[in-house]
Amino acid sequence: MNATVRVSVIALFCLAAAACAKKQEVKPPPPPEAPTTTTAPTTTEGAFTPADLQSNSCLRTRVIYFEFDKSAVQSQFNNIIACHAKYLRDRPMARMTLEGNTDERGTREYNLGLGERRGNSVESALEAAGASSDQIKVVSYGEERPVCREHNEGCWHQNRRVNIVYTTE
Amino acid sequence: MRVIRILPLLILALASLLFGTQALAQGLTVQIVNGVPSAIPITVVPFGQQGSGPASPVDIAQIVSMDLDRCGKFRTLPTGEIVESPTTGSQIEFATWQQLKQDYIVVGRTAYDGGVLRAEFELWDVNKQQQLLGLSITGQGSDLRRVAHQIADQIYQKIIGVRGAFDTRIAYVTMVGLGKNAQYSLVVADSDGYNPQTVVHSHEALLSPSWSPNGNELAYVSFESGDSAIYIQNIATGARRVVSARPGINGAPRFSPDGKRLVVALSFQGNVEIYTLDLATGALTRLTHNLAIDTEPSWTPDGQNVIFTSDRSGKPQLYQVPAGGGTPQRITFQGQWNGDVAVSYDGKKLAVVQGNGNVYRIAVIDRSLGGQETFVSPGNLDESPSWAPNASMLLYAATEGPRGVLYAVSADGRVRQRLVLGDGDVRSPAWGPYRTP
Repeated sequence: MNATVRVSVIALFCLAAAACAKKQEVKPPPPPEAPTTTTAPTTTEGAFTPADLQSNSCLRTRVIYFEFDKSAVQSQFNNIIACHAKYLRDRPMARMTLEGNTDERGTREYNLGLGERRGNSVESALEAAGASSDQIKVVSYGEERPVCREHNEGCWHQNRRVNIVYTTE
Repeated sequence: MRVIRILPLLILALASLLFGTQALAQGLTVQIVNGVPSAIPITVVPFGQQGSGPASPVDIAQIVSMDLDRCGKFRTLPTGEIVESPTTGSQIEFATWQQLKQDYIVVGRTAYDGGVLRAEFELWDVNKQQQLLGLSITGQGSDLRRVAHQIADQIYQKIIGVRGAFDTRIAYVTMVGLGKNAQYSLVVADSDGYNPQTVVHSHEALLSPSWSPNGNELAYVSFESGDSAIYIQNIATGARRVVSARPGINGAPRFSPDGKRLVVALSFQGNVEIYTLDLATGALTRLTHNLAIDTEPSWTPDGQNVIFTSDRSGKPQLYQVPAGGGTPQRITFQGQWNGDVAVSYDGKKLAVVQGNGNVYRIAVIDRSLGGQETFVSPGNLDESPSWAPNASMLLYAATEGPRGVLYAVSADGRVRQRLVLGDGDVRSPAWGPYRTP
C-alpha cells in the first residue's frame, strides 16, 4: 500500500509538473491603432444618434492610452474626447462608465488609485467639453484587468488605458 | 495493458483521497539562496511507531525538518546522513551526533489510533548531553500536520527564545482562466501551503485579504458587484458582511491590533484617502487630506499610528500619521518607489515593495537600526509582503513567466522557499496570527 501511494504520488507530481510546464502562449493583441478620425466631430451635421456609436469612426474608438505612471490625457486623444463629449451633450440621457486600468508595475492597491485618477482625468476632459458629470461614472480596476499579459513595454502600454463603456446609449 | 488503463484512474482516486479537490499540484521546494553559516545544525530523527495501531499518515519528522529549514535559523541533517535511528533519549549515542557536528537532536514516537495522532518527542543538546524538552502533542482529523508544526514551534522557541510561527495559517488569492472565464478564489492554508480551503469564489477580482487579530475573520476587497467593496467574512462559518460599498474605491482594509477597527482607502469624497472605520458603529475618521493617491494603510502594532503609501511628493513613498489624525510625516527616502508596507509585530521592521526602474523587490527597513535596508527578494515584479507573526519570515508574491507565485523568505533574505499552490495565478498573500493550539 505504502509503495503504491508513493508511486502514485510521484506520478501525480509528474502530471502536475507537466500541466505546469505546458506554457500558454499569450500573444499581445495588435498594437492600438492611432485614432483615425475621418469624421471630425465639429463638422458632424446635426446631433449624434445611437446608430453613430457603431458607424462613426471616432465614436467607435473607446480606448484612451496613458504614459507610464501618468494620468494626463495626451493631446492625440483630444478628438476622441471631443466626439464622445458631443455625444453626451447631444444625448443627455446617455450614460457611460470610464474604466481605469494600469499596467502590472507597482502594487495592486496603488494601481487602483492610479486607474481611478486616469478615469477622473478623462471625466474632467469630457466635462470640460460640455458633458455633464451626471452622465459619467468612473470605475477603477487597477492592474486587475490586463488585455495583455507579457512583461514588456509593448504589453504594458496596452494595459495603461481607460475604456469608455456606454451603459445607456 | 489493463494495468496501464487503470493506473490514471487510480491516481485520480488517490489524489482526491489525499488532497480533496484542491491543490492537486501542491508541492514545496526549499531554495537556499546564500549559505547560512550561522544556521544551527539539528537532526530530526524519523519518529518511531508506538502501539499496535496503523502508521501515522503524516511523516512528523519530515514536516518538522522542513519547517526548521525554511525559517533560515536551522540546518537539518539530510535523511541520508542520519546513520542511527534512536526514538528515545536513552537510545541516543551522543558521540555519533557530535562527530556529525550536530548541536541538537530531536527523537520521538507516534501512536495513531482511531484517527487520533499522538506524538511524543524529546529535544536534546548534543554537546551537553542534556534534555531540553520532552512533550506529547495530539491532533486529529485535518489537524495531523499541526502536530508537527506545534513540535517545530516548541523547538524553535526553546532554542531561539522567540515563539515559533509554524502552526499558523496564510491566506492568498488565486486566479484561473482569463477575461470572462476568470475564476478568483480566496484561499486559507497552513503556513507551509498544505490544507488549502477556498473561502470565497468570485468571477471578479478579489484582493487585499487581511486577518482579524483572533484569526477568525478575513477582510478583503471584492469586485463581484462590478465595483469594489470591502467584506468581512468568518472563515469557519462563511458568514460575511459588507462593511464599505461606497462610490469609487473601497480598498486596502487592515484590521486594527484590537480588531475593533479597519483602516481603509476610500474615494467616495472624490479622491482616494485613508480612513479608519469603527466596526461597531460604522463611523469613519478621515486621516488624509491630499490630492495625491493615499492608500495601502497599515497599523503600527500599538494601534497609535498608521503607515501608508502616498505619491504626494511625486512617486509613491511611505508616510506615517497618528491614527487619531494629524500631520503625515514621510518615512522612506531610499528607492524611487516605496509602497504596500507590512509592519512587524514589534514595529521595528517594515517590509515594503521598493521599485527602481522596472525592478520591484521586497526590502526590509529596520527602524531600530536607523532605517538600514536589506533586499530579501530578487525581483522583478515582487509585491505584497506579509510578516509571520514572529517576524522570522515573510511571504510575498512574485511573477514567474505568465503566472504569479508565492515565496516564503527568511527575514534576512537568505533562505527562500517557493510555495506551489495549485494551478493558476497566485497573489496577495497574508500571513495570519498565532493560533491557539
